[in-house]
Amino acid sequence: MGKIEDLEVINGEGYQLTTLDKAVALARSNSVWPLPFATSCCGIEFMATMGSMYDLSRFGMERMSFTPRQSDLLIVAGTISKKLAPVLKKVYEQMAEPKWVLSVGACASSGGIFDTYSVLQGIDRIIPVDVYVPGCPPRPEQIIDGVMNIHKLVKHEPMRRRYSEEYRHLLGNYEIEVTNADDDK
Amino acid sequence: MTNNELLEALQERFSSIVLASEILHDALVIEIHPGHALDFITALKNDEVLSFNFLTLIGAVHYPDEAGRELCVVYHLHSWKNAIRLRIKCYLPQENPSIKSLTTIFDGANWMERETYDFFGVNFEGHPNLTRILNMDEMDYHPMLKQYHLEDETREDKDDRFFGR
Repeated sequence: MGKIEDLEVINGEGYQLTTLDKAVALARSNSVWPLPFATSCCGIEFMATMGSMYDLSRFGMERMSFTPRQSDLLIVAGTISKKLAPVLKKVYEQMAEPKWVLSVGACASSGGIFDTYSVLQGIDRIIPVDVYVPGCPPRPEQIIDGVMNIHKLVKHEPMRRRYSEEYRHLLGNYEIEVTNADDDK
Repeated sequence: MTNNELLEALQERFSSIVLASEILHDALVIEIHPGHALDFITALKNDEVLSFNFLTLIGAVHYPDEAGRELCVVYHLHSWKNAIRLRIKCYLPQENPSIKSLTTIFDGANWMERETYDFFGVNFEGHPNLTRILNMDEMDYHPMLKQYHLEDETREDKDDRFFGR
């Protein structure tokens, strides 16, 4: 559970004030719906992270979303071949804003040991990544640490970030259009 | 049936076709002219005694230093009746690596020949759909040919001294 103490609040008798930005960010960070894009051994570690031993649902991540349109966090765990790269990009493009990306393991982050013609040398060549988790494969504790860092980002992200020129520019570098940012401006 | 019995049977029936033979890793290996491949393997499949009814594998090897026979297409056949395997090698020149497709006699040859085309650029004449199967469609070379590097050329963070390039 997120703690309300994390926020700057004004306490009064029978009420508590904060900014909408911060309240929304707190709510978002405690209900991140992940989309696991797991292709190999990192995916197995991620399954352990989801399971009852490590229990990712403690952090409001109960529901694994196997549809990109209803998820906030893309978790890429495993080797991405160049043939799979357009699929991953399509999945990212289909996610609604705001969206975050967690790159789990050496392969997703840099190609890992697969320095070869058929493997994408890091998913950040096709989509922007928010947090990298090192390891081959990383242990569940490391994946949870990565998720905690994502939560930190979500909690401190201003609501206007996704409408900004900088964000449009960032996605422009990957030849991705910001699709739904204008809809609810 | 032993390898020697198989070799005798082959030499008896196809003496003009078998160019060379050896026993490697407990299996008989023979070399034939690529022009004979389809007819020869069809005959092996239909032969009542030998009955090589199963095509285990098609692959290729690249020997860049052997002029005129750079590409070697290898067929692995299995006779269930005689419980014996046979490897057949056909050498092709790199300029025009063409050989007749086996898809007319073995349906399983379809994907194996696509894979061999994908990685080595061997042209299987008569294949119904000779396109890439494993690599991405945009790839413009055949990566298992030895003139191409195995490593991803776009990677800048690896020092050749430490990564064996």
